[in-house]
Amino acid sequence: MTALAIARERSASWLPPVVVFFGVLLLWEVLFLLLDVKAFLIPRPSVIGTALVDQWATLQRGLIYTGTEAVLGLLAGVSLGTLAGLATSRWATVRDTLVPLGTAMSTIPIIAFAPITINWFGFESQLPRITIVALMTFFPIMVNTIRGLAQVDPAALELMSSYAASDAQVLRKVRIPNAMPYWFTALRIAVTLSVIGAVVGEFFGGPLYSLGIYVTNQTGSFRYPNAWAAIVIACILGIGLYLIAVLIERLAMPWRRGEVTSGE
Amino acid sequence: MNPSLPEPAATAATGPVVRIAGVDKTFGTETGGVHALEAIDLTIGQGEFVSLIGPSGCGKSTLLRLIGDLTSPTAGSIEVNGKPARRARLDRDYGMVFQAPVLMEWRTIAKNIELPLEIMGFDRAERARRSSELLRLVELEGFEGRHPWQLSGGMQQRVAIARALAFDPKLLLMDEPFGALDEMTRERMNLELMRIWTRLRTTVVFVTHSIPEAVFLSTRVVVMSPRPGRIAKIVDIDLPQPRDVETREQERYFELVTEVREALRRREGGGRPADDEGEAGIADAERIRAEGLA
Repeated sequence: MTALAIARERSASWLPPVVVFFGVLLLWEVLFLLLDVKAFLIPRPSVIGTALVDQWATLQRGLIYTGTEAVLGLLAGVSLGTLAGLATSRWATVRDTLVPLGTAMSTIPIIAFAPITINWFGFESQLPRITIVALMTFFPIMVNTIRGLAQVDPAALELMSSYAASDAQVLRKVRIPNAMPYWFTALRIAVTLSVIGAVVGEFFGGPLYSLGIYVTNQTGSFRYPNAWAAIVIACILGIGLYLIAVLIERLAMPWRRGEVTSGE
Repeated sequence: MNPSLPEPAATAATGPVVRIAGVDKTFGTETGGVHALEAIDLTIGQGEFVSLIGPSGCGKSTLLRLIGDLTSPTAGSIEVNGKPARRARLDRDYGMVFQAPVLMEWRTIAKNIELPLEIMGFDRAERARRSSELLRLVELEGFEGRHPWQLSGGMQQRVAIARALAFDPKLLLMDEPFGALDEMTRERMNLELMRIWTRLRTTVVFVTHSIPEAVFLSTRVVVMSPRPGRIAKIVDIDLPQPRDVETREQERYFELVTEVREALRRREGGGRPADDEGEAGIADAERIRAEGLA
C-alpha cells in the first residue's frame, strides 16, 4: 500500500466524526437560536465559547488543579493495581478469590466515600480526590491484569514446559505480553473514571477554581454559560488523557498496528 | 536396567531414542477412571520416523505427551535417550510441534524461532545465525521481520517446525501438525517435511489420523485401537528413501495404505483379534488407487 493510500485511509477514518461533531454544533446553535431556548436550560455553543474565553484564567487553573488530581490518582491506582495483579496471579486460589472480589469492588460507587476522604485529609488537600481516583481505577486494572496473566493459551504453556522454561521466563515471555491487551483495555476505562472521580470528588469540597467547585458555584449563582464552559474543559481533559492512553497503547504493542489493513 | 540411574553417554548415543515399557495411563474422573492407554511397549531407534495412527480416543496424543513428559504414566516406564522422560525434558532433548502453530503474536517470525534459544541462554549472534539458517531450511527467507498474522496457516506451521528444530533436539514430537490444514497444503507440507527429515535425519514421532500421510512419511506406522488405547499393529513402511511426489504413485505405497487401513478397520469392530497375515483387499487397493489419481 502506498503512503498516499495510507494517508487517504487515515483521513477517511477521522474525517466523518469531525464533520458530524461540527455539524451537531452548528445545528445546536441554529436550532436553539430559532427556538429561543433559555441559557439556564442549555446555552448555545457560541455563548459557551464566549464564556470560555472570558473565564480562561480561572478555567486554566482549574484544568491544571483537577487534571493533577486525575493524573496522580490514576498513576497511583494503575501502578498499585498492576502490582497487585502481578503479585497475586501466581497463586490460583488467590486469583480465584480476588477476581470476583475485585469485580464486586468495581461496582461499588467509590465516589460516595468522597465526603469521608475530606474528613481524612482536610479541605486544603488534593489527597481526597487523588485517593478517590486511585480507588476507582485500582480494581479494573487489578482484575484485568490478573485475567491477562492467567488467560494464556494452554498450548503456549505446554510449549514453554517442553523447553523446561522457569516460571520467571514463562511470566516474562508469555504471560506479560499476553496480559497487555487486557491491561490497556482497563487503562482506557481507568482514564475515563479518573476525570469523573476528580470532578465529582470536588463537588464535596475544594478550592473555588477547581472544576467541580466552579461548576457548582457558577450554577448556584445562575451563571450557566460559565458552568458549561467548565464542563467543556473537563471533557477536553478526559479526551486528552484518553488519547494519551491510546497513543501509549499503540507504541507499546506495535505488532497490533495494521492488523486490520493487511492489504498484500 | 535401573531407570533412575544415569546412563553412560556411549549407551545413550547408540541405544534407542525412545523406550516405552508396560505403560498404562488412566485419567481419574469423578465417575471413575478413563483408561486411556494399556500395556504399551514400543521402542524407537535413532533416525526413525514413527507415526501413531488411530481413531479418536485411542490415546495416540496421550502417548506422545507421555514421551514429552507433558503428562505422567499411571504405570510403566518411559525413557528418552536412555534417561527418564522427565530428565530428558529438563535436558531439552526434544522439540515439539502442536496442531496449532502456537506462535507468539507479539514476536516477529525470526523472534518466534529464537524463543527456545532465548530460554536456553544462547547469545544474540548465535540466535540470529540459527534463525536465519532455519528460515532458509523451511523456505521462509524474507519473512523474518513479519508478524504471525501476516502468514498463511501452512507458513505458520513451517515456522513452528523451524522453532522446534532451532536447538538441534535429538527427537522431534509432532502432534497432528498438519491436521488443521487443507488437503493441498497438507500434501505440500508432507513433501516439505520429508525434504527436511532427509537432510537432518532427526528421530520423529508423529501423531496423525491420516493414513496416506502416515504411510508417506514414516519408516514405521503404529496402528492403535481405542478403549483402552492399545497398539493393534505395527506396519513397517519399506518404501525407498528419499520420498518424493512419485512415492505416492508407487504400487507398494497403495498396498501399504491398504494394510494400515485394514488394521484400523479390524480394530474398530469390537476388538476382534488382529489378523497379522491379512491380505489387502484387491477392490480396496483399486479404490485407493483411483482416489490417489483423482
